[in-house]
Amino acid sequence: MNQTTLKAGLLAAAAIAALSAQPAAAQAVSACLITKTDTNPFFVKMKEGAQAKAAELGIELKSYAGRIDGDTESQVQAVETCIADGAKGILIAASDTVGIVPVIQQARDAGLLVVALDTPLEPIDSADATFATDNFLAGELIGKWAAAQLGDAAADARIAFLNLNPSSPSVDVLRNQGFMTGFGIEVKDVNVIGDEDDPRIVGHDVTNGNEEGGRTAMENLLQQDPTINVVHTINEPAAAGAYEALKAVGREGDVLIVSVDGGCPGILNVKDGVIGATSQQYPLLMASLGIEAIAKFAADGTLPAVTEGKNFTDTGVALVTDKPAEGVESIDTAKGTELCWG
Amino acid sequence: MAQGPTQPDREFENVLTKSATEVASFDRQEKTLLGRLQHMLHSSPALVPLIVLLMSLAIFGLLLGSRFFSPFSMTLILQQVAIVGIVGAAQSLVILTAGIDLSVGAIMVLSSVVMGQFTFRYGLPPSLAVLCGFAVGAAVGFINGFLIARIKLPPFIVTLGMWQIVLATNFLYSRNETIRSQDLEAQAPLLQVFGTQIRFGGAVFTLGVIVMVVLVLVLSYVLKHTAWGRHVYAIGDDPEAAQLAGIEVEKTLISVYVLGGLICALAGWVLIGRIGSVSPTAGQFANIESITAVVIGGISLFGGRGSILGMLFGALIVGVFGLGLRLMGTDPQWTYLLIGVLIIAAVAVDQWIRKVAG
Repeated sequence: MNQTTLKAGLLAAAAIAALSAQPAAAQAVSACLITKTDTNPFFVKMKEGAQAKAAELGIELKSYAGRIDGDTESQVQAVETCIADGAKGILIAASDTVGIVPVIQQARDAGLLVVALDTPLEPIDSADATFATDNFLAGELIGKWAAAQLGDAAADARIAFLNLNPSSPSVDVLRNQGFMTGFGIEVKDVNVIGDEDDPRIVGHDVTNGNEEGGRTAMENLLQQDPTINVVHTINEPAAAGAYEALKAVGREGDVLIVSVDGGCPGILNVKDGVIGATSQQYPLLMASLGIEAIAKFAADGTLPAVTEGKNFTDTGVALVTDKPAEGVESIDTAKGTELCWG
Repeated sequence: MAQGPTQPDREFENVLTKSATEVASFDRQEKTLLGRLQHMLHSSPALVPLIVLLMSLAIFGLLLGSRFFSPFSMTLILQQVAIVGIVGAAQSLVILTAGIDLSVGAIMVLSSVVMGQFTFRYGLPPSLAVLCGFAVGAAVGFINGFLIARIKLPPFIVTLGMWQIVLATNFLYSRNETIRSQDLEAQAPLLQVFGTQIRFGGAVFTLGVIVMVVLVLVLSYVLKHTAWGRHVYAIGDDPEAAQLAGIEVEKTLISVYVLGGLICALAGWVLIGRIGSVSPTAGQFANIESITAVVIGGISLFGGRGSILGMLFGALIVGVFGLGLRLMGTDPQWTYLLIGVLIIAAVAVDQWIRKVAG
């Protein structure tokens, strides 16, 4: 009796295994999207873009995310799950751009296409392709704009830098050094924040990319030099926090704040004059291009091409401001609002 | 075995010849300076953090001069620690009962999001939305208290779970949307009220700072001079003895967590005033920061000992180090490193002081 049950059970299990193997072979392409967090609107928008494109192309998309920015363990697990799941490709915005590389290599060895979104891996060719904003250019645009706005006064500017966090991830360095280059500050080592000796630099502080950190960092730097008149911020929430600090000391009217991101609240802040100009990036485009790349790869094995002159696929960046400066191409906030995310 | 007549009869009594002969009495020996210090610190637990605070103020003042030692800088530190100070008050109450609350930051953020979203999504008058925010804080506190006091689950576990639940609710409910400062200013200035500044010469106080100081002073009085306050200490010291002494342990515990929730909601309101906007990603580390303030402030994690003023000094020490080190232009990591040293030193001092009781 017992044995019969066992046999029947085994048979049933085998049948189920056979059945479930069947559709897997015939099924549409499946893909994975792994983002840094599920809470940052930037990645929420990225997910929306990927889902829309996946639905359009009939790709089955599974999404994963770290719990917080910097949570690599969850991302490693997600990559392993995708390999086990038989996905055709992975789109990943990596939290730890070096630490994730070994498991990414496993995925590529298993025949998956790996596309880095937004954040390049280190080295950049650890992924089959990278769809990202040119963050250096993003910084350069706001730097040029700020210098042009100040005109001759740029020579005596007092500049504060509100960066991301103490570990200075690549995006932080690229935007910071890009801004300096655009503004006309000699950057020395372009991979290092803070090795410059230009007297116009008041100082650097970190914000964790949010309002609270932006306000505290701005207060600290104002204590170092109350005459600051240009503020570079890593993103728009940090810029909004900096503005509150400036407002508290009655300086909101005569300080130029520039930022990077292009989220909808950020664009509204440009419109209201809180932020002078911001470099807008396009997460939705990154994700939809990524899904298309996986579809192509699954169909005939083509790898995505890189943008000419760069080692990644540039998804574009545009300067959004209502005070265009001569020699710096920009779009106005009306156009920026159409294209914004979050 | 030749024994003299003065020797005791039996061998095991030999030791008596060298022992003390006077009547047993308390040790009346003059205490050493160190011993007296130990005793003093034991009787007024806020003294250690106060000394550390004054010393760090003096050191940074000497190093940085008037840039640091100005009315503006001093009041700026108060502004920067206002949130941690308020959340720390809630944390102090809970830790005095030998509990811990990991969900304080999450309650704060959810309350602030409720205050914002109820106004903007449902069009409630801001005053009503603020009340709803307080209700949410109290409700979460009640669930914590009920699970801990009635169901007897460990506070660490309950609030660890609640932290996740409340934070996830916050993100789901807010849809990760930030309400901008400019919109609040135009439509619901009441939400930003705690950002209002009051100036005395160079000194700048915000209503948030004032409400923090008042809250700490009131709680300090309540804990010292009311029956409820003494019950809180008694429960933290020994819940069974407290029960036997006729204290309603369960009710008091629940009331502590509900009050904690209300204070966190207040912190949420003050948070809106500080950052201007309503942001669901704010305050992610408030639980750790509040526990840090409590520990550096000399409140024992084992409950029943410490003063809420100490917590305020602890929060201020962290604030002084933060601003001082930034003004010196050091790498931000040094701030974290030194705060780590302070935490361990504070607990070591606490252990040393406790020996006086033994």
